[in-house]
Amino acid sequence: MTATVPSRPTADTAAASAPPPAPPVARGRGRAGRPLHGGPLTYAVLILFTAGSLFPLVWTAVAASRTNTRLAGTPPPFWFGGNLAGNLTIAWRDANMGTALLNTTVVAGTVAAGTVLFSTIAGFAFAKLRFRFKNALLLLTIGTMMVPPQLSVVPLYMTIAELKWTDQLQAVILPTLVSAFGVFFMRQYLLQALPSELVEAARMDGASSLRIIWHVVFPAARPAMAVLGMLTFVQAWNDFFWPVIALTQSGNPTVQVALTGLGRGYIPDQSVIMAGALLGTLPLLIAFVLFGKQIVGGIMQGAVKG
Amino acid sequence: MTALTAPRATAEERSRARRSRRYRRDLRWSPYALVAPFFLFFSAFGLFPLLYTGWASLHRVELTDPTHMEWAGLHNYSRLWEDDFFWNALRNTFTIGVISTVPQLLMALGLAHLLNYRLRGSMFFRVALLTPYATSVAAGTLVFVLLFGRDYGMVNWALGLAGLDAIDWQNGTWTSQLAVSTIVIWRWTGYNTLIYLAAMQAVPSDLYESAALDGASRWQQFRHVTIPSLRPTILFTVVVSTIGATQLFGEPLLFNGAAGATGGADHQYQTLGLYLYEQGWVNLHLGRASAIAWAMFLILLLIAAAHWLIGRRLRKSG
Repeated sequence: MTATVPSRPTADTAAASAPPPAPPVARGRGRAGRPLHGGPLTYAVLILFTAGSLFPLVWTAVAASRTNTRLAGTPPPFWFGGNLAGNLTIAWRDANMGTALLNTTVVAGTVAAGTVLFSTIAGFAFAKLRFRFKNALLLLTIGTMMVPPQLSVVPLYMTIAELKWTDQLQAVILPTLVSAFGVFFMRQYLLQALPSELVEAARMDGASSLRIIWHVVFPAARPAMAVLGMLTFVQAWNDFFWPVIALTQSGNPTVQVALTGLGRGYIPDQSVIMAGALLGTLPLLIAFVLFGKQIVGGIMQGAVKG
Repeated sequence: MTALTAPRATAEERSRARRSRRYRRDLRWSPYALVAPFFLFFSAFGLFPLLYTGWASLHRVELTDPTHMEWAGLHNYSRLWEDDFFWNALRNTFTIGVISTVPQLLMALGLAHLLNYRLRGSMFFRVALLTPYATSVAAGTLVFVLLFGRDYGMVNWALGLAGLDAIDWQNGTWTSQLAVSTIVIWRWTGYNTLIYLAAMQAVPSDLYESAALDGASRWQQFRHVTIPSLRPTILFTVVVSTIGATQLFGEPLLFNGAAGATGGADHQYQTLGLYLYEQGWVNLHLGRASAIAWAMFLILLLIAAAHWLIGRRLRKSG
C-alpha cells in the first residue's frame, strides 16, 4: 500500500475528513450473544428444519436417478435408482442444458464482475469524495433500489425487439450490469473500512484517482467486493422474470429459461425434468459447499450494515 | 497570468504547471467519472424504462408490432378497473403474500433465536438452512410440483399414511395458494433467519444480563429484550418480503405446468406479476401490461406509506 504517513491537515482535508468510524459492533457469540448452551430440544428443532430445507434438493437427485414410470407409482421412491447418468445425458442433449449452463456461467460471471467493479468505484465516490449533487444522486439510487423489475420490462422488450437482440446474451447482461443495492452496499462498507486520511495522504503524494483506486480503495474494499460478487452471482444465476421474456428455450437459453421450458412440457418425462433441475442447481450447490461459510458471513454482514 | 509571472518559463516549470493542472482537473472531475458508469446503465435500463412504462400504458401497443403506438389515454386503466381478472390477481397476490410471509418470518425469528444459542455445528445449520436460497425458483418449483402431485405426490402419500384423503392441490383455491406459498417459504426462511441472527448477535449482552438479574425467564428475555431490539430489522424484512410477494411470478407460472400463464384453470393462483406476463406475452397487449405494471407500482407505494406510518407509530410507542 502507498502512503500510510498521516498528512498535515489543510483546511480542505480537515473539512473533508469523515467523522471517526463507528465503534465496532461486537458480534462474537461468546461476547454479545447469550452464553447459554442449546438443549436437546433446540437441536431437535434445528435438525427438523435442516432436514426440511435439504429434503427437496436430495429428492431432486433421487427422482433424477429413477424412471418416469417409477415416479408414477406408490409409494414414491425414497432412495436412488440406477438411471441418473441416462437422465442427465438426455437433459444435457435434448433440453439444451449444455448451452444453458455455459450461457448462465457467462451471464452470471459478467454481471457479477460488472456489478462489483461499478459498485466499488461509485460507492467510493459516494463514501469519500465531494462533488455537486452527491446527496441528490445518492437519494435517487436508494429510492429506486426497491423498484420491481416488472416496471421496466415492457420498454426493455421493445428495445431488444428493435435491436434484434432476442435470444442474445447481451439482452440479459446489460440491464443487470449495475445494481443500486451494490452501490449502497459498497458505500456503507467503505465509509467505515477506508480511513479518509489514507486517501488524503495518497493525494498529497500526488497520486492520481486511478492510482488511488487501484492501490488504496481496492485493497480496502476487497472483503466486501467478494461478498457482493458472490451474492450477485447467485442472484444472476437464478434470475428468472426477464430472461424468460428475452430468451427462448430452443434458441439460446440460460439455465432458468431451459428449466422453464422443461416445466412447461418441453420434455414430458418427470425424471428427465428432475435431472435438468439437478444440473442447473449443482454448480451453485458446489459453490455453497465450498464457500458456504463466506456466503453466510456476507449475508449476515450485509444485514447489520444495511 | 503566465505572461506576468514567468515570461521565460523553463521546460521543467512548464511541465510542473501542466502536472498540477492535470491534478486539479483530476480532483475536480474524477468523482463524476466514477459514478458515471453506474448512472449511465442505471438511466438506460432502470430509470428510462420505468418512466417509459408509464408512457406506454397510455397507448395501445401490440407485441406483434411494438414500435407502433396508438394514443389511448386512460383506456388501459379504466379497462383494468372493470377487469375481474385484475382484481382476482390482486386478491391472490395479497392472500399468497400473507400466507407466505407471515409464517416465514415467524419461523425465521424462532430459528434465529435457536441458532443464537451456543451450539455444536452451528455453521453447518446455517449453511444447510440457506441452501434453498441457492436453488432457483425454477428448480425449486419443479420439485414441489412433483411433491404436491395429486396421484403420486409424496405429500398426498404422507396424508394417506395418516388416514386422510388425497388433496387435489392444484385445483383448489386455498390448496393451490398454500402449495405456492410453501415454495416461497421454503426458499426464503433460511435467508431471513440469518438476517435476524445477525441482528440478535448485535444486541448488547448486558441487556440480557440485567434482565436475567431481574429474574426474567428465557421467554421473557426473548419477548422483552430480543424483539424490541430487533424492531428495525423486522420492519426491514417485512418491507423486503412484501416487495417480493408483490412481484411473485415464477412459482405460480411453473406450478401450472404446461397449462400456460393463467395461474390454474380458474385463475385461482394467478398473481399480478403473472397476469402482467399473460396480458403482454400471451395476449400480446403490451399497453395493458404496462398499465398493470404501473398499478403494481402504485400499490407498492401505498404499502410503503403504510409501513412508514406503522413504523413511526411503533417508534413513538416504543
